[in-house]
Amino acid sequence: MNHLITVELQKFVVENFLLGQPEETLAEDSSFLENGIIDSTGILELIGFVERTFDLHMEDEDLIPANLDSVRKLTLFIERKRASATKEASA
Amino acid sequence: MNTSSAIGTDVLRLDPAKEVARVSDSIRDTVFGHLKRKGAVVGVSGGIDSAVVAYLCARALGPNRVTILLMPERDSSPDSLRLGKMVAEALHIQPVVEDIRGILEASGCYRRRDDSIREVVADFREGDLCKISLPNVVDADHYSIFSLIVQSREGRIRKVRLTAAASMGIVAATNFKQRIRKMMEYYHADRSQYAVAGTPNRLEHDLGFFVKNGDGAADFKPIAHLYKSQVYQLAAYLGVPAEIQSRVPTTDTYSLEQTQEEFYFAVPLHKMDMCVYGKDAGIAAGELSALVGLEPAQVERVYALIETRRRASRYLHMAPVLVESLL
Repeated sequence: MNHLITVELQKFVVENFLLGQPEETLAEDSSFLENGIIDSTGILELIGFVERTFDLHMEDEDLIPANLDSVRKLTLFIERKRASATKEASA
Repeated sequence: MNTSSAIGTDVLRLDPAKEVARVSDSIRDTVFGHLKRKGAVVGVSGGIDSAVVAYLCARALGPNRVTILLMPERDSSPDSLRLGKMVAEALHIQPVVEDIRGILEASGCYRRRDDSIREVVADFREGDLCKISLPNVVDADHYSIFSLIVQSREGRIRKVRLTAAASMGIVAATNFKQRIRKMMEYYHADRSQYAVAGTPNRLEHDLGFFVKNGDGAADFKPIAHLYKSQVYQLAAYLGVPAEIQSRVPTTDTYSLEQTQEEFYFAVPLHKMDMCVYGKDAGIAAGELSALVGLEPAQVERVYALIETRRRASRYLHMAPVLVESLL
């Protein structure tokens, strides 16, 4: 798993949603929904951040908890999207 | 989870005569005894909830102690004013009509909303229609995030995903509507020493389907303990006009018609009633599913949605927080 992506995501979530609470409360596998970390507006903020920061476009079908509901899931999703974009570009 | 409880479709059936008497007693005691007010102001929207509250207040306090306020604005359905007048006429109350379009224009409600819309639909023009809607969160694990639907004057319909800023901007601007209405209700309450009746039902109150300091504000809320299907039972008993009883619940907030189901609840309201009841009674999704006509996985998703809505509504219900308790 790409450590740099994970760190970027953790930093964004802590600064924007945990609002000053200690960073260690956000484990890589913490569910954003189940732990009440991010609400529906927060998901939109997260989508905007990911698209801007990692220069990728998220389709509507991408917007499911299986892809976005923890730092680990999101990191893996970003890696998949990047790999697929690279593959398409080189095809 | 309780998997052995017996639950029937009539679990939310109540004795309307008994409940009307109980709520009427409560209104009388609250308004005259507790609040020390001489009557009640009810903002009537043309929907079932405010109609039932108006009927209950008229029964409890006497029609001469009830002010019915009708508050249309630019995006209101013409049916809302017509049906509101129908309620007032049935109760022999002369309604007060306050067209709030001018206040909303002056406060920039429409302009601010349209500016936010143009962040995602650059060519949105005055006169184009719009609404926001949720994806289907019952059939699949989708997030409960809004899309914007716009219809041009030529009839072209587009659906776009909102950004966080546009979503919050649109909601913040449209919230002027509920807050201006409440301000108007308190104006009429203050000038007659009346109390303001809130009209949320149990689903709305519990799951946060209201605007803080808007339609969420009131001096008393006489149907906030009743599920939507129970409100319909009272409406039938009280003789609320049939057209209001059969009307699909809408938000009456956006220029394109928008049902409460597509805006907030995700399932028909009688199903949401049963899911809220089932979740609170600890009934397993598998057991409830046949009764509500949903698959167990769908009930699980509705249970999760209820949890999300309740979490979001905590802020809406919070009173101002003091540094320390004064008593």
